[in-house]
Amino acid sequence: MKQFALNAVVYAALCFVGTAMAASSLKLEHGWIRWLPANLPAAGYVTIRNDGGKPMKLIGAESADYGMAMLHRSAQKNGSDSMERVDSIAVPAHESVVLAPGGYHLMLMEPKHPIKPGDTVRISLHFDDGEALQAAWPVRPANAQ
Amino acid sequence: MFSKPCQFLLIACSLVLLAACAQQPQWQLNDVRGHLPDLQFDLTADNGKPMTAADLRGKYVLMYFGYTHCPDVCPLTLVHLHLLMQKLGADADQVRILFVSVDPARDTPQVLHQYVVAFDPHVIGLTGTADQIAEMAKRYRAAFNRNAPQPDGGYEVSHSSAIYIFDPQGRARLLGTSADPVDEFAHDLKLLIQSG
Repeated sequence: MKQFALNAVVYAALCFVGTAMAASSLKLEHGWIRWLPANLPAAGYVTIRNDGGKPMKLIGAESADYGMAMLHRSAQKNGSDSMERVDSIAVPAHESVVLAPGGYHLMLMEPKHPIKPGDTVRISLHFDDGEALQAAWPVRPANAQ
Repeated sequence: MFSKPCQFLLIACSLVLLAACAQQPQWQLNDVRGHLPDLQFDLTADNGKPMTAADLRGKYVLMYFGYTHCPDVCPLTLVHLHLLMQKLGADADQVRILFVSVDPARDTPQVLHQYVVAFDPHVIGLTGTADQIAEMAKRYRAAFNRNAPQPDGGYEVSHSSAIYIFDPQGRARLLGTSADPVDEFAHDLKLLIQSG
């Protein structure tokens, strides 16, 4: 009886942990890379969907294929185009945030090997709750729309 | 009330005025005719050779200031201009796009060449000495600002979002920005080309 109770507790605990690990509220969709020639920094874009009730924050990115990945935001203000590094991108509860041309984007630098349109690049997005979402994004030509 | 000759004159004048109004083009971008200097420059093209505005007489010219280490806005702008060329069809043959670098320190002709050919065959990259670029930007009131370097030596350059349109005689005619819809550029360029 004692053994059965112990087994039941362990089994229940494992179920709980397993459920918690499987249930990320975040989904990544439509990720892609804009390739640029001459080893110039490339841009990464994606839609981050938060299906959960807890607001999340994207706080960093990494890539197995690039030495450096940073979060940036482009802006047009007073007739000038500019971009700045951002520390985080908020993903509110039950909302989507879009990293798209002209706005938020990943800036990817120092390719670890030659990368060209048609390749796939591995990206890891890090969030403030400690989770990291892995994805593989297609590399598109410079003039992709 | 009016005599027959007077009536005739009134009607004739009204028709002339109406015709004149109808001939005023309805631009969707900003009409800057007479307000900006003619196209004039002395820079180095992405083929490594010197280039001046005289080399572009006879073409409609769009000009944008940008730099190649910008992975988002500059590519987006060139993608829009690439789409514009597609929308113009055969008329695109009469158009050239100048991508003037605000980062001549990194934008050598070689780098510029690889960059512009990745977007559209109508794009010509222009670079030069820091002084030449500063003079060009000043001429067209295109502010740009090189930001403080990051630890790895990289830096960003904020720059004018203006897209200038010159006619085949080199006169500045229209002004848009990188945020304006491609269809507005297409509308105005078609009108400009048609009006000769």
